[in-house]
Amino acid sequence: MKKISTAVWLATAAFLLLAPPFLKNYGIYLLSYWMVFIIATMGLNLTVGYAGQKSLGHAAFFGIGAYTVALMMKAGLSFWLGLPAAALICFMVGIILGFPALRVQTIYLAFATLGFNTAVWLVMRNEEWLTGGTFGINNIARPSLLDLSMEGNLQYYYLVLAFTVLMALLLLGLLKSPWGKAFTALRDNPIRAESLGIDTRSYTLLSFAIGAAYAGVAGGLFASLVQFLEPAPFAVGSSIMMYLMVVVGGPGYFLGPVLGAAVGVVLPEWLRFAQAWYLFVFGSAVVLLMIWLPDGLLSIPDRIRARKQAREASAARAAAAKTMGAQA
Amino acid sequence: MTHAHHHDRAQGAPVLQVSGLKKAYGAIQAVGGVSFSVQPGEIFGVIGPNGSGKTTLFNSMLGQITPDAGKIELNGEDVTRLGPLELNRRGVGRTFQTLQVFGKMSVRDNLIVAAQEHSGSMFSRMFAPSDSGLGAKADALIDQFRIRHVADKKAGELSYGQQKLVDIAMAFMSDPDLVLLDEPCAGVNPSLVGGISTLLKELNRNPKIGSHSSFVVIEHNMDFVMDLCHRIMVMVEGKVMAIGTPAEIRANKQVLDAYLGS
Repeated sequence: MKKISTAVWLATAAFLLLAPPFLKNYGIYLLSYWMVFIIATMGLNLTVGYAGQKSLGHAAFFGIGAYTVALMMKAGLSFWLGLPAAALICFMVGIILGFPALRVQTIYLAFATLGFNTAVWLVMRNEEWLTGGTFGINNIARPSLLDLSMEGNLQYYYLVLAFTVLMALLLLGLLKSPWGKAFTALRDNPIRAESLGIDTRSYTLLSFAIGAAYAGVAGGLFASLVQFLEPAPFAVGSSIMMYLMVVVGGPGYFLGPVLGAAVGVVLPEWLRFAQAWYLFVFGSAVVLLMIWLPDGLLSIPDRIRARKQAREASAARAAAAKTMGAQA
Repeated sequence: MTHAHHHDRAQGAPVLQVSGLKKAYGAIQAVGGVSFSVQPGEIFGVIGPNGSGKTTLFNSMLGQITPDAGKIELNGEDVTRLGPLELNRRGVGRTFQTLQVFGKMSVRDNLIVAAQEHSGSMFSRMFAPSDSGLGAKADALIDQFRIRHVADKKAGELSYGQQKLVDIAMAFMSDPDLVLLDEPCAGVNPSLVGGISTLLKELNRNPKIGSHSSFVVIEHNMDFVMDLCHRIMVMVEGKVMAIGTPAEIRANKQVLDAYLGS
């Protein structure tokens, strides 16, 4: 099982690295889009999957990141200044959004974050002087790096891919550090965690803030990818979609967002043949998946392993019963 | 730290000093003026019928609830209004009546996470090794608790008794001065009760792990309490009926009438 999954991941990595030059523009665009959502949902996976905080406001951070980069670039500032700024602003707003989580949990927290998302979306739509409202912001440039222009779709794809790898490695480092255990302890049993000296308050706030910073980076990359921003992609519906990506991929599985974002971004494209039925097919697929695999796609290897262990255990019990019977 | 007998210990400064503790819920006085002290290295039992105020007393000592009146001192410091986090950082470990392990983490990680926040700053822990340098210590406890064969399994996959052992071991990972054990035998197979008692005695004496741990134990299993504890406090209706050695408590007529006799 382990060998199969390693092979699958290696093949995916090889494809992402080598295939794009042979793809049409639309294919490259779609892969870039997928990468952007992998970064965003990695952040949400930290908040929801590892730290156990139910957030339905992730698209708001995605939007804040996107508008930060777009507005700063329109003001003549560099993309390379805008992207860290997007991460930092989202980090700080993330801490503020974390405060409700210290008071309320589960579905109540989900509604608090949903309200936050709506408020941010209304600002994006109504404050035309800042965001251009529904007319949006046009002609957002793509960055260049050391005289190397990222204007082309292929170059920009590789930039986004590099960021995806970088952000993944940073998150992996964080999760391998004692912080990873503290987040998991917070998710599994906050009262026990506190009794062991784990500062659940700080970890709760940080799980929101770091998750938000990931959405900020993703949003910034998104702005230069699509080159046109309007409020629609940052509405509550997108937050629910991102939450769905985390859940479908497998919350608390490191590579869950890679699969989840594929289901959320790439699958709809494959389902185009279904045309008007697309949403129906997609919705039904998600319902069935949640019934069979409530812990997400990446729980499949664990389930197979558990089933094998159960089979072996019952075989051992049966053998033991036989011996006992022979003795009696 | 010598462990001669408790009369020697009684001479020193107490680890825990509770004075005049009161807590009421509406018209019900759950704890009505309780005072006692726990000496370094002492195992102090708290017994009493259901509703006698043991849990309210425990929750006050653990910072889960704020008492109405009275004072709780830990190593001479007033900790009456501190929360569970601050109390733990000051050396108070605890176990819960119900199982409270982190089910999706391995047994070893459960032990490591139980002490990792006791050294360094939050920032420094971001760059600390995965086991926070606590691996050897976790392994020592794993061996002492005889759970080596399940050390790499997820805690949630273990049997109830094994999880109970993990739960108790976690409380000792950070070398606490004082451990509050809330019904350590609740729901445990009788064959394991003796094992838990032996372990607790070892941990009380072991010079390496928990060198001067004092325990406060709430427990309904009377044989267990009488065997384990140096002194026992009997609570009835929120008040202290008697404090004494197991022999003294057994011989106390009032206690026999009110509690043990029934």
